[in-house]
Amino acid sequence: MKNLVEVKNIKKNYGKNEAVKGISFNIKEDEILGLLGPNGSGKTTTIGMLLGLLKPTSGEILINGQKLEGNRIEILEQINFISPYIELPKKLSVKQNLTVYGKLYKINNINERIEFLSEKLRLGGLLNSITGELSSGQKNRVSLAKALINEPKVLLLDEPTASLDPEVGDFVRSFLEDYKKEKKISILLASHNMNEVTRLCKSILMMKDGIIIDKGNPEELINKHGRKNLEEVFLKLSRSKNELN
Amino acid sequence: MYGLFLRHFYLITRSFPRVLDLVYWPTIQITLWGFISNFFATHTTYYNNAVGVILTCAILYDFLFRTSIGFNMLFLEEIWSRNFTNLFIAPMKIGEILTSLVATALIRALIGLIPAVLLTSPLFGISILDLGIFLFFLFLSLYLFGITLGILVSAGLLRYGPSFENIAWSTMFLLAPFGCIYYPIEILPELFQKIAYLLPLVYIFEEARNILINQTVDIQNIYNAFIWNGVYFILSIALFYYSFNVAKKKGTLINMGE
Repeated sequence: MKNLVEVKNIKKNYGKNEAVKGISFNIKEDEILGLLGPNGSGKTTTIGMLLGLLKPTSGEILINGQKLEGNRIEILEQINFISPYIELPKKLSVKQNLTVYGKLYKINNINERIEFLSEKLRLGGLLNSITGELSSGQKNRVSLAKALINEPKVLLLDEPTASLDPEVGDFVRSFLEDYKKEKKISILLASHNMNEVTRLCKSILMMKDGIIIDKGNPEELINKHGRKNLEEVFLKLSRSKNELN
Repeated sequence: MYGLFLRHFYLITRSFPRVLDLVYWPTIQITLWGFISNFFATHTTYYNNAVGVILTCAILYDFLFRTSIGFNMLFLEEIWSRNFTNLFIAPMKIGEILTSLVATALIRALIGLIPAVLLTSPLFGISILDLGIFLFFLFLSLYLFGITLGILVSAGLLRYGPSFENIAWSTMFLLAPFGCIYYPIEILPELFQKIAYLLPLVYIFEEARNILINQTVDIQNIYNAFIWNGVYFILSIALFYYSFNVAKKKGTLINMGE
């Protein structure tokens, strides 16, 4: 499996504050990589750099073999992002929003694509609804449809199931698993939901204070730290002094 | 009660734009209306020959205002709706974003302008079309300056984030006294005149009055307006690109969506 995402020793400083202190990792195709860490550990900054919204102070990011620096537009065509902190325009209908983003991502058969996604994400009856009037679960599925409108090779997910009820959360997780398997895409999943990470991710990066303090698959990490589950591993690492493993 | 007072007091003291906002509006209003009052007190017969000059200038100024605010609104709407990040991770070049905003701002301004132009005739017996073919050049010049201001403010929003919003609303009013919209430039103090001559507005409104009152056309005014528009337009584009790069370094783009 080839690496769709290659992150090479990226650093990000805001003045004297070092938000990310030189981290490296790869994400293979057909892989979901979990990015864990307490608030302020550098996860959002890392995602921002992968999206080209932040310029790394140093280091290099390659997406599908292309350097992000200097190829931002070509790379943005191949990636997408979902976060509970960003929304789609509330006054537009679901279909209007998806059409707008279909156009922005230069999708040829927008209607077909919307139809496909609405079927997969159970949006059929919602296409003419006003986005701002939808429930959290419905909005989440619409945002997911927007994030998949361009058939991204790399999908960045920041807390994709935050504030969802267990049923919708489970639906979204199952959908992501199936979609990743079917399309062989790479997914970076930043989440505080340890059950979700355990279920979806074969490999995990634990970040703290801008560095990767541990990595491995969930089972390995649980055994290595002698804990019962990933949540306990997270708590142990979050409360410990930084140590590179 | 004191708690609620403190809540707003802390907000004001922590935000320079908010303090500026409090001082800014009374100062601008007093300055603008001071010049207008002064002009009418000393030039009571100036507008005798051309009823509707003030109204025509008001429509022209409103077009400028709508264009500029319209551009800013397009940008601010994306921030308010938390859609900003979605837009900036879409594969769009900065030039494409600006071009689409510029075109949309024109449509918005025209939607506001057309009813105003149509209403002046039946209500006041005045037609802005009296400016003739040169009306097109005046509008074009105002449109250019309007979007230039919009781009400058959007550059500020990119660079400083949503706290720059108050400035977005007030740029037009800051320029109003220097624009000589309702009075000739001679009414301004010498220093203000020097500043006014660096703006395209003074040439546009002087020419509008010249056409309506003197029934003559001074091409030099229109030419000067376009020259200054070109200078500011190029500067605004350069500043927007610069702000985008600074925002990428400082992280404003990623915070804007949250």
